[in-house]
Amino acid sequence: MNTKMPLLNMTVGGFISRAALILIVIAWTLPTFGLLISSLRDADQLAVSGWWTALTATEDNAQGRTGTAEDAVEENGMFVISGNVFEGDSNAAKTVGGYGGGAIGGEIGDFSAGETITLEDGSEFTLQSNGDYTLVSETPFELERGIRFFYVEQVPPRFTFENYVTVINSEGIGQSFINTFAVTIPATLIPIAIAAFASYAFSWMEFRGRQLLFAIVVGLLVVPLQMSLIPLLRLYSSFGDSLTMLLESYVDQGLVFSESIQDQLPVSAKSYPGIWLAHTGFGLPLAIYLLRNYIGSLPRELIESAKIDGASHFEIFTRLILPLSIPALASFAIFQFLWVWNDLLVALVFLGTQPDQRVLTSQLRELLGSRGDNWEILTSSAFISIIVPLVVFFSLQRYFVRGLLAGSVKGG
Amino acid sequence: MSQVIGAFVAVILGVGTMLLYFFGTNYVLDSALPDKTDGGGNFISREKQRETIRPWLFVAPAVLILGLYLVYPAVQTVILSFFNNRGEVFVGLENWIWSFGNAEFLQSIGNNLQWLVFVPFLSTAMGLLIAVLADRVRWGTIAKSLIFMPMAISFVGASVIWKFIYEFRGGEQAQIGLLNAIWVSFGGEPQTWIQLSFWNNYFLMIILVWIQTGFAMVLLSAALRGVPEESLEAARIDGANEIQIFFRIMIPQIMTTIAVVWTTITITVLKVFDIPQAMTGGQFDTQVLANLMYDQLFRGGIDYGRSSVTATVIMIAVVPIMVWNIRRFQNEEKAR
Repeated sequence: MNTKMPLLNMTVGGFISRAALILIVIAWTLPTFGLLISSLRDADQLAVSGWWTALTATEDNAQGRTGTAEDAVEENGMFVISGNVFEGDSNAAKTVGGYGGGAIGGEIGDFSAGETITLEDGSEFTLQSNGDYTLVSETPFELERGIRFFYVEQVPPRFTFENYVTVINSEGIGQSFINTFAVTIPATLIPIAIAAFASYAFSWMEFRGRQLLFAIVVGLLVVPLQMSLIPLLRLYSSFGDSLTMLLESYVDQGLVFSESIQDQLPVSAKSYPGIWLAHTGFGLPLAIYLLRNYIGSLPRELIESAKIDGASHFEIFTRLILPLSIPALASFAIFQFLWVWNDLLVALVFLGTQPDQRVLTSQLRELLGSRGDNWEILTSSAFISIIVPLVVFFSLQRYFVRGLLAGSVKGG
Repeated sequence: MSQVIGAFVAVILGVGTMLLYFFGTNYVLDSALPDKTDGGGNFISREKQRETIRPWLFVAPAVLILGLYLVYPAVQTVILSFFNNRGEVFVGLENWIWSFGNAEFLQSIGNNLQWLVFVPFLSTAMGLLIAVLADRVRWGTIAKSLIFMPMAISFVGASVIWKFIYEFRGGEQAQIGLLNAIWVSFGGEPQTWIQLSFWNNYFLMIILVWIQTGFAMVLLSAALRGVPEESLEAARIDGANEIQIFFRIMIPQIMTTIAVVWTTITITVLKVFDIPQAMTGGQFDTQVLANLMYDQLFRGGIDYGRSSVTATVIMIAVVPIMVWNIRRFQNEEKAR
């Protein structure tokens, strides 16, 4: 046991601190847990009861109506109208909790399922818990409309992947899942490579302005994204315009490929390469900072001896330093992966907002607006959007923590 | 399927281009300036020339991209704040004067100030508490891992999670949002929490606290483990009780880490955009600067000038932290 604070190790103190920690853990996990449970529930049940009641049957008031005189059959001298209130219902597992009210008298729930009631005209009505009802009379029925009654419908808990199938196929989540990968993977790998080369140069190569450049990188660590958006937006749109004009002039001159180019016009700079570069720019300061800390702490003799053997810096870097830096590269890779995957702002600004261009976060934002009341859609979409980061996070947590401790100067 | 292939090809092209640059330029350098023998048969090494140029091949992409995506835009944004809505006509301080007389802008600053106090304080305090508690139990690692988990969740994903908790059902309907269910079980009237002026800001802040506490916990936990046992023993011998030891010995020793955690969360708070955007869209008095800037840029008439003012105000708030970081870095460099 840790003896730093024996106060908390005393029986009472120990108990309180354990209880407090358990409470905090529950409070921190419950929100995500509730989301997961809800996303797996039947959509109708999700809409009427809290997820913490997911294991108990949901109760709903419903009304039924018996058949009419035409439906009556004669059995052993009695006239019988029978049927099932759940007829034609897709959910076969429903049961009747209690009934009453309407034309059969009493209030809903006054009678339990299976109980027989004698009506005013002397006929007898019974509703079974499986939904079967019978109306029995000694004299022929004259009912032109069926008798109305109310009952408590009990729907047993139902768990399903239907919500997931729905959002993947018809709410655009499948497409945006692919888009997110197409954005995230290069936007993770490109800054790593660029930063690795730069960090090596900052650590082990001599050039003028090295210190100043690196101090600028440290300063850039905290520059808010918001400072970059407006000029870049202008830059991107004028780049798109000039590219379009250039291609149009090619088409006018009838150069090769002009037909396939024409279909693509006007071109926009809001594209995958555009957002990769943007994420690269925003991720580079942290990448260079983290990797320089690591590469700079490698032993000097390592580099010197390789140099004496006649290796150039390029060879030393690619064959010696890069393999040694895998832990630091992994730390940053996880950071950048999570940051890009979870980003909304950069995606909104640097990618188009048409449905086929949206990443998971921007699709989720759209759904919050358009399907705000359909919690089965929102919960399952949200869970799909967080599952990949969660898997990465839990399997590589060690590297993530290491990166966090090494790079805590950054603003996130 | 074609989408997957298209995405895959794009990925290969993007990553390939960059690798081609590094291997290509270094190959060209080595071929253009090879070692050679002169007329007299003497070996001439041109390594020096090559190694003068090579660092620039290594840092060029980084310098270019940082310049284009961070340095140039930052300068340009400040300049644009003195130009009109299309960024074409110089208007002096007009945008600045307009902003500081604008109710929504002032409300954003007011809300941001509340965020700046509440979120870093609560995240750091909770992180410290959990770090202390979890160090004492065997299942502490699992506990920390679970509390750390929200760090992996996007702000938008977290917003969905918490919007569900704040969900409101009117009348006699059963509440499906956890908060209202608890509230009603204690006899309260169901509330539309995220429309509840003033308090709704705090319901939004809790989402960020939920995410950032894990970050604070990890850093503070590592720092606490670095406090030397001897200094605690010495204090104990001198008769200090555990509370005094915690506040007088441990806290001062991890003050730098607390400052790092606090400033890091502060920057995150200043940039918070996703949560108000997803929860309220800045309505119901929950506007913050980052979301206001987005609105000025994309909602209604595009206004480069006014949104530049908003961005610059965020930047100004960050400058002290930036200076502190650079100083700290320079001190570390001297100590190396």
